[in-house]
Amino acid sequence: MTRIDAKFAALAEKGQKAFVSYIMGGDPDMATSLEVMKGLPAAGVDIIELGVPFTDPMADGPTIQLAGQRALESGMTLQKTLDMAAEFRKDDDTTPIVLMGYYNPIYNRGVEKFLVDAKAAGVDGLIVVDLPPEEDDELCIPAQKAGLNFIRLATPTTDDKRLPKVLQNTSGFVYYVSVTGVTGATEAQAANVGPEVARIKAATDIPVIVGFGVNTPEKAEAIASVADGTVVGSAIVSKIAAGEPVSDVLAFVKTLADGAHRG
Amino acid sequence: MANDLFNSFMNGPDEKGRFGDFGGRFVSETLMPLILDLEAEYEKAKTDDSFWAEMQYLWTHYVGRPSPLYFAESLTERLGGAKIYLKRDELNHTGAHKINNVLGQILLARRMGKKRIIAETGAGQHGVATATVCAKFGLKCIVYMGAHDVQRQAPNVFRMRLLGAEVIPVSSGRGTLKDAMNDALRDWVTNVSDTFYCIGTAAGPHPYPAMVRDFQSIIGKEAKEQMQEAEGRLPDTIIAAIGGGSNAIGLFHPFLDDDSVRIIGVEAGGKGVNDDMEHCASLTGGRPGVLHGNRTFLLQDDDGQILDGYSISAGLDYPGIGPEHSWLHEIGRAEYVAITDKEALDAFQLCCETEGIIPALEPCHALAHVAKIAPDLPKDHIICMNMCGRGDKDIYTVAKYLGFDMSDTEGRAAD
Repeated sequence: MTRIDAKFAALAEKGQKAFVSYIMGGDPDMATSLEVMKGLPAAGVDIIELGVPFTDPMADGPTIQLAGQRALESGMTLQKTLDMAAEFRKDDDTTPIVLMGYYNPIYNRGVEKFLVDAKAAGVDGLIVVDLPPEEDDELCIPAQKAGLNFIRLATPTTDDKRLPKVLQNTSGFVYYVSVTGVTGATEAQAANVGPEVARIKAATDIPVIVGFGVNTPEKAEAIASVADGTVVGSAIVSKIAAGEPVSDVLAFVKTLADGAHRG
Repeated sequence: MANDLFNSFMNGPDEKGRFGDFGGRFVSETLMPLILDLEAEYEKAKTDDSFWAEMQYLWTHYVGRPSPLYFAESLTERLGGAKIYLKRDELNHTGAHKINNVLGQILLARRMGKKRIIAETGAGQHGVATATVCAKFGLKCIVYMGAHDVQRQAPNVFRMRLLGAEVIPVSSGRGTLKDAMNDALRDWVTNVSDTFYCIGTAAGPHPYPAMVRDFQSIIGKEAKEQMQEAEGRLPDTIIAAIGGGSNAIGLFHPFLDDDSVRIIGVEAGGKGVNDDMEHCASLTGGRPGVLHGNRTFLLQDDDGQILDGYSISAGLDYPGIGPEHSWLHEIGRAEYVAITDKEALDAFQLCCETEGIIPALEPCHALAHVAKIAPDLPKDHIICMNMCGRGDKDIYTVAKYLGFDMSDTEGRAAD
């Protein structure tokens, strides 16, 4: 059982939905983002998605793109992102960390080496946007063998015929992308998302978490109420981009978490 | 070994879209159903005679194919060695090989009922070709172009707008061709139901590298026949310039199983293939990685971050290369070399002076390599080079560059 599985078991016992937050590792610099990261569990975050910066984030909208650029300019790398996770783990052994990013930095490091290092750093799961089920041999299967969850994205274009293929090697949770589009672009609508989540849940026992287009406490509550939880990324990253103090960023995260937990 | 089904170099890609270890389908889940759909439609079209009949008609009457295979006599004399033929794809409608591929993709888009076409462009040649064919068929056309390129390629931006296309300047990242491709992919992810992404080179997720190659292979097929007519045999060496590599794979592919034919791809060496990475020579100076849907050779740093690259030729200014070239490089069937800006500019002038042809800066890289090897080859050695684009779009760039040199040499660029 990974920390992710344990977290969902604990939430189920409390009858609570999961709140997942995304921040970009090293945005605007490593010290600040580590400070934000360390404060997330106390602000009510159940699972932390830690972005790995990449020069060509083809699934991200402007907010996350710019966060990646700031991180890279501050000297962030995959190694430093792993260092951040390891540093966080010194004080927190329960909050799951999911690395989210693109395949090339991992491929460049070497999959086997990366998996050993990620596991050692206390990473629990991976979301790699440009690895669909058709490329499962690359990282998904080796990651599962190494004891890391491989969290797959399901999208509105994932039809019933394709869904089993997407769910097949998924573990931890399913990340349902609520809109066709990039991160932070359009707003998710609970009325549309509900039936889609039900469709996925009919095909799997793994929790279904909904992200993309969730940006307010109200939205987090509405979306969480029709799923097993929700993810907020761009709205939090925007606060960091605006240079708000870490305490203000975390206060905002708390309102989102409270919203999701009401859902 | 030619035509041996089991030992052919022409059978790729496999069902996973791989050429050896290269290629593949590295895209987000949202796009995966779309590219599977595209693959299925392309497989159907490929074996449909009516599809190719329409292509053939348009190639003949709209593009002006076949393009001539021209014996460059003065150039041959000047270089004093091998006999040099130019495949004149610069005479195509819109001035480059790009339209060969665009026509194929737009006919496919029409079969699929897609009404909105998106494209990325660097120098603007693929954008102009896409805007042209969309105008002809009454399709909405949106072209993503790096903000920096929009500024320095104003004539092509105006052409696209005249042709009814919307040109969107891309300022994400550093505003280069790779960023334009990122934004086109982001558009596609957003507008999944009505949009067809017309990729300009033999790269991207499967089936694009195979599909674009198939459409561009008309270059090599014609060249093979025309050479047979002119010389009664195959050429000894074929040469083409490479950015993403579509004109090159188009020339190379029909010759892959002809063992006697030496195949040379010429990358943009920029200011020189060095540690500063001021070049776009992915094979000569890069290593395998994953970008824009495929695994291929890329310019990248130690952390796997993609570098921008540099070339005087905007059309070669891409940090990757089509996956089939990566494979041909790895197995050694084709050789890849790099030519610097300076060498390409010298070739530009040589071509103007000896043949009365103003070439685009892209094929000047190929020509520069021809100029390097031809003098030492015997007179009965036949070289066929793809003149893939005309130079109208580049005269400002060249003038500026030569102008800089002129101050030292009183009106005449240094040799």
